[in-house]
Amino acid sequence: MKTSSRILAAAVASVLLAGPAIAETPEEKGLAIAAEIDRRDLGWGDSAVQLKMLLSNRHGETSARELRMKVQEVQDTGLGDRSLIVFDVPRDVEGTAFLSHTKVAEPDDQWLFLPALKRVKRISSANKSGPFVGSEFAYEDLLSQEVEKYEYKWLQDETCGDLECFVIDRYPVYENSGYTKQVVWVDKEEYRIIRIDFYDRKDSLLKTLVFSDYEQYLGTYWRAGTLQMDNHQTGKSTTMEFADYEFQVGLNDADFASNRLKRAR
Amino acid sequence: MSRSVSTPPTVTRWALSLSGKTFGREYFSFAALAILFLATAATAGEFDIDASVAPELRLFPSSPAFTDQDDTTLSPSIAFEAEIVYETDSGDDRLTFAPFARLDADDNGRSHADIRTASWLHISDDWDAVVGIDKVFWGVTESRHLVDIINQDDAVEDIDGEDKLGQPMINGNLLFDDTTVSMFILPGFRERKFREDSARLRGATPVDDNNPLFESGAGRRHIDLAARVRHTIGDWDIGLSQFHGTSREPSFIASTDENGNKVLFPSYEQIDQTGLDLQLTTETTLWKLEAITRSGHGDRFVAAVGGFEHTLFGIFDTNIDLGLLAEYLYDGRDEQGVPGTFADDDIFVGARIVLNDEPDTQALVGALVDRRSQATLLTLEAERRLGSDWKVELESRFFVNAPSDDPTAGFRRDDAITLRLTRFF
Repeated sequence: MKTSSRILAAAVASVLLAGPAIAETPEEKGLAIAAEIDRRDLGWGDSAVQLKMLLSNRHGETSARELRMKVQEVQDTGLGDRSLIVFDVPRDVEGTAFLSHTKVAEPDDQWLFLPALKRVKRISSANKSGPFVGSEFAYEDLLSQEVEKYEYKWLQDETCGDLECFVIDRYPVYENSGYTKQVVWVDKEEYRIIRIDFYDRKDSLLKTLVFSDYEQYLGTYWRAGTLQMDNHQTGKSTTMEFADYEFQVGLNDADFASNRLKRAR
Repeated sequence: MSRSVSTPPTVTRWALSLSGKTFGREYFSFAALAILFLATAATAGEFDIDASVAPELRLFPSSPAFTDQDDTTLSPSIAFEAEIVYETDSGDDRLTFAPFARLDADDNGRSHADIRTASWLHISDDWDAVVGIDKVFWGVTESRHLVDIINQDDAVEDIDGEDKLGQPMINGNLLFDDTTVSMFILPGFRERKFREDSARLRGATPVDDNNPLFESGAGRRHIDLAARVRHTIGDWDIGLSQFHGTSREPSFIASTDENGNKVLFPSYEQIDQTGLDLQLTTETTLWKLEAITRSGHGDRFVAAVGGFEHTLFGIFDTNIDLGLLAEYLYDGRDEQGVPGTFADDDIFVGARIVLNDEPDTQALVGALVDRRSQATLLTLEAERRLGSDWKVELESRFFVNAPSDDPTAGFRRDDAITLRLTRFF
């Protein structure tokens, strides 16, 4: 997530603002918080993790997804992270692999490997607001969150559980988002996202995502172990449990190359 | 062999001299080699075993067109598939064994077994290699797979060309950033198998696949060669391929059997085929083109399929995606003495509906229409998961409006509705 220009702007702004007693606008403060979240998460390199998802509906019926995810941090301007997902459960999609090269302004590049046909398909990437594997997570909820993808506005500071939080609004500026607005709670100590409320295209509260079981890796980088997404309009929910996080495992460009996708396991 | 060979006794004698003793020798030695690898694999590393069982029921609503076909209305069968993968700890070497078998209650020709994969894969930083039996797919279009030529159709499984037989190969791939160069040595030809004379979907004239003809004196043992370069430039993906060897599609030589009934003998010519596949990927639309030029089947000819798939994501503010497909199919091959084609001047239109729901419900409806004869093939495919380990699929196919001289005329009373339930292990 290369955001140097915005970070620089924010940094310059904060230096300038620190001098004379000119009040920081809520927009500048919101952007500065987002830039700080981003800055604190620079340099982790690459990661590998196992993910279990539990999908529940309002009748209490559940279904499971299990997958392995590898992510490569990309610091080039205009580009986002690369991720490779391989499915293990449910069994009818076992071995299916999804490769994504995210970009900030342009459409992402996405490929799908279908093991039964031994076929790699390059696919259209406008499905940002569509559900990820039938869950309450949309693709855009899982893609890398570059600072430039939103406009920001700081709302207030408030207590969130045992922590003190900034509360900011962020408005997607990328195309095809299913949201008009997200309200984000960020803990003031470590700049970790604690909660997000998602507002749909009609500006009604759609979903709430709560991040918990945070652990710190490489002494620097915080990752939530549990993500709980509740859809207020349908009564459905999805829980994500991350396990066996590994960082700097030596993944390289080749591990995220589309011409290697059919060998992915 | 010249295509003028037509007198049955010569044909039969000539063909017999090539069949029998050499049957699939390379194929089985490749399989044995790969199985040996599996059996002797060190215990370090990881085994992964998957399997599925898929009973299916086919409904033929109409009585058959030909008197020697059984009047089967409901036809059950069951398919078994497994995949055993052994991977070394480093992940650099992988052994895969994937057998397939089907038992069909009505068609002994469709009761068959095949080794889909029995291979050793070695992965290095900028190259990889496969030795053994494997499946390779080339291409982008939906209604016809023109460029895809490495594997033989498993034509008894279905007539849509989607199922393939395992192909013995030595394959090396050089992997550059945006370019892949693949080379194939293909020893051991896999013949296309055909349905029993009494089976549904056999076509107008029965095929005797016990006595195929080969243009090459080496017959099934001719070593075919293929190469492909795949390159990505931004939103464009381009593939260029070359194949030299035994055609996967047979032409047919008409003859009569000992009872004086018409019968077709498959004849496999040597061909050279150059293929191009092209895809432009935009945010909502995939533009696709496949084209080939082939020599060895009459005059050199060109065939092409081109079109688009446009997806409307989240229609009517739901999670449902609607894909609209349209492709034009052209094939300029001679009309006589070469493998037949249904797609000489045809238009395909289709719609794909993906519900994006928990059980992954999706459906594809399509119509392939011949521009001159108006002969139309209608298809409907739908599937969804049941619980975590089951999947149900519906496939139906209707032949509409086929004049008696159309290539699909022999299937005109073989409309079929297939219901399949797959249990994954």
